[in-house]
Amino acid sequence: MPQGDHIELHRKRFGYRPDYFERKRKKDAREVHKRAAFAQKALGIKGKMFAKKRYQEKATMKKTLAMHSERSNRHKADDEVQEGAVPAYLLDREQTARAKVLSNTIKQKRKEKAGKWDVPLPKVRPIAEDEMFRVIKSGKRKTKQWKRLVTKVTFVGPGFTRKPPKYERFIRPMALRFTKAHVTHPELKCTFNLEIIGVKKNPNGPMYTSMGVITRGSIIEVNVSELGLVTPAGKVVWGKYAQVTNNPENDGCINAVLLV
Amino acid sequence: MDVVMANPTNNIISVLTDPEGRNLGTTFDLPQDAGPKELHALVNAVLQNEEKLPYAFYIDDHELLGPLGAHLLKNKVSVEQVLRIVCQPQAVFRIRPVTRCSATISGHSEAILSVAFSPDSKQLASGSGDTSVRFWDINTQTPLQTELGHKNWVLCIAWSPDGKYLVTGSKDGEIRVWDPSTGKPTGVALNGHKKWITALVWEPAHLESPCRRFASSSKDGDVRIWDAVLRKCVIILTGHTLAVTCVKWGGDGLIYSSSQDCTIKVWETTQGKLVRELKGHGHWVNTLALSTEYVLRTGPFDHTEKTYKSADEIKQAALARYNVAKKDSPERLVSGSDDFTMILWEPAVSKQVKARMTGHQQLVNHVYFSPDGRWVASGSFDKSVKLWDGYTGKFIATFRGHVGPVYQISWSADSRLLLSGSKDSTMKIWEVRTLKLKEDLPGHADEVYTVDWSPDGRKVASGGKDRQLKLWMS
Repeated sequence: MPQGDHIELHRKRFGYRPDYFERKRKKDAREVHKRAAFAQKALGIKGKMFAKKRYQEKATMKKTLAMHSERSNRHKADDEVQEGAVPAYLLDREQTARAKVLSNTIKQKRKEKAGKWDVPLPKVRPIAEDEMFRVIKSGKRKTKQWKRLVTKVTFVGPGFTRKPPKYERFIRPMALRFTKAHVTHPELKCTFNLEIIGVKKNPNGPMYTSMGVITRGSIIEVNVSELGLVTPAGKVVWGKYAQVTNNPENDGCINAVLLV
Repeated sequence: MDVVMANPTNNIISVLTDPEGRNLGTTFDLPQDAGPKELHALVNAVLQNEEKLPYAFYIDDHELLGPLGAHLLKNKVSVEQVLRIVCQPQAVFRIRPVTRCSATISGHSEAILSVAFSPDSKQLASGSGDTSVRFWDINTQTPLQTELGHKNWVLCIAWSPDGKYLVTGSKDGEIRVWDPSTGKPTGVALNGHKKWITALVWEPAHLESPCRRFASSSKDGDVRIWDAVLRKCVIILTGHTLAVTCVKWGGDGLIYSSSQDCTIKVWETTQGKLVRELKGHGHWVNTLALSTEYVLRTGPFDHTEKTYKSADEIKQAALARYNVAKKDSPERLVSGSDDFTMILWEPAVSKQVKARMTGHQQLVNHVYFSPDGRWVASGSFDKSVKLWDGYTGKFIATFRGHVGPVYQISWSADSRLLLSGSKDSTMKIWEVRTLKLKEDLPGHADEVYTVDWSPDGRKVASGGKDRQLKLWMS
C-alpha cells in the first residue's frame, strides 16, 4: 500500500482530525503571504522563473473570469446597427435562409430571347465529337458502327419513350442519366438538391442541347419551388436556370450555380 | 314554390335579435317575400332610429340576401320554431377598396419596420432599420421630416389617440417621444428597458385627455408605463418570466400583456397590480387584439373628420365612440399563439377561456378585431388569413391566395374590407361580405413588413424590406 493511502484509509475509518479544517483554513490563508514574501525575496533565475509562473497563472485566471462574465457583458457588436433589419415579430424567430426576390421573370425572359446569359462560367473548353461519342463496335462485321454512345451525363425527361433500339442512333446510357442537381444559391451561400426540369443550353451545340447532354458550363433549368422564391407579382417561381460548374461525367454528381 | 309564395297566410314567425343575442321587440309575423329591405325598415321602426341605419341580416350565420322564403328553402332552415334573425348594424359610411399604388417614396436606407397613420389620418410616420423616424406628407406624397435620434432599428411606433404625440421604440431599448407638429423630439430618450421594445400602446383618450401615459413592452420581460409629460417611467409591471410580445391598453383601464412564457397578464394601471393571469396557450403568445382596439386607437376621430379644440371635448367624443363600440357587453380579447391556436377571452369578467379558435396550421402572427367588433381576422405563417366571429369565436372563412407567410393585417374603418401584407411581396384586399379576394396589390419588390389602412379609409401605407414606402389609393 503506497504511503499516501494510509491517511486516506484512516480518514475513511475514523474521520478527519477535529482541528483539520481549522488548520487547513489557516494554512491556506498563510499561503498567499508566504508566496508574496517569496516573490520579493527570490533573486536571479529563481525569481524570474517564479515571476513567469505567476504571470501565467494570473493570465489564465483573467481569461476564466472573462469567460464566465461573457453572458452578462455588454458587447459592442450588439450596440452597433446591423444590416438586415426585421420587425419585432420576427426578431426572436430563426431566420431561414431566404433569397432576395431577384427572380425578375421579365429580365430572365429578355435574356432568354437574346440567348445570352451573364454566367459564372463564361468560357468552357470545347468538347470534340470523338470525346463526346464513342462508336459502337458490335455487330457482325462491325455493322453497328453507325451507332454512337454518349459518354457524358445526360438528362432524359420523365415522359421520354425510347425509339426501337434497333434504330436508335444515339445511346444515352442509363448509368449516366441524372434527374437531380446540387444547386448553390450564390447570395445565400447554400446548396439545395433540386430536380432538373430540362437542359436549356449546351455550349457545344444545339444537338447536344436537344439530346440533353450536361457538360461543364451547360445551362440547366431546375425546379426551385421549394426555395420559396416569389416574383414581384407574388407568384411562386417554379423553374430557374443554373449553370453546371463541374464535370459531371467525372464526379458522378451535378454541381451548379443558380443564375439570379 | 309559387303556391307557397302566393299564400298570404303562410307567414314565418320570427324574432329579431342583436348580435349579442338580445331580442328586439316581440315576435313578428313576417311574410315569405319579405327581404332585407323590408326587414331594414322594420328594424329601424322597432328601434325608433331617427335616421335610418343600414343593417345586415343573418340567419344561422348565413347572410339574408333575397326574400325570406327563398332563403329558408335554400338553406333548409326549419320554420317549426321561432326564426331568429340577427340584425348586424353596418357602418353608415362605405370605404372603397384601394386599387392602385399612388406613390412609391424612397428615402429610408434600410427595411421599413413600421408605418402608422395618425388617428386623424392627416399624418403618416414610419420607423426603419436605418435608425430614422420619418414623417411623410400625405397630400404631396413626399418626405416631410427625417429624424435621427435612435441608435438602432426603430421597431415600433405609436400615435397618441389625440394625435399630439408619437412614440417610437428601438432595438436597444430606448423610447423617444416626438412632437408631430414640428417633427422634433421632446427631450432626450427614455431609458429603462434593457432589451428591444416589442410593442407600444397609449392610454385611451376617454380615460385621460390630454394623452399622457403610454405603455411599452420589451424583450427583457417588463412592461413599463411612462408619462410623456413628466418624461419618466411611472410604473414597472414585472412578472413575466420571458419576453413580452404584445401589450394592449383596454378601455376599462386595464393593461393586457402577452408573453413568450405562454401567459397573458392583466394589470391594473393606478398601482400596477396584477389582476388576472390568463393561461391557456401551450406556446408563446404572439399577439393580442381587443374588440374596441380600433376605437381606442383613433380616439375621438371618426369618418366625419371633425376636429376638436379642447381636451375635454376630445374626452367626451372618445367616450361616446367607445361606448358605441363596446355596447353593453364586456371587452373581448383574442390572443394568437405559436401553438397555432387563438383564444377568445373576456378578461374583465373571468379568466376562463371563452372560446378556442383552432384551424391554423402554422403560428398566428397577427390578430385584429374589425372596427365594429363583429369579426376577428387572423394572419398566420401558413399563408392564410382566417375570419372568425368576434362574439362566439366561430370559424367563418379562410382567405387563401398568399404564397408566403402573412405578416400583418389591417381593417378598413367600415369593417367591410380586410387588408393583408405578406412575405410574398404582395398585399391583398379581401371582402368580408362575399368572403372573396377583392384586390391584389403587387408592387413591392420584397417582403411587406407592415401595412396600415388610414382611419378615414382613403389611403393605405405599406413598407417592407425593399426600403420603399408605398401609398395606395382607390
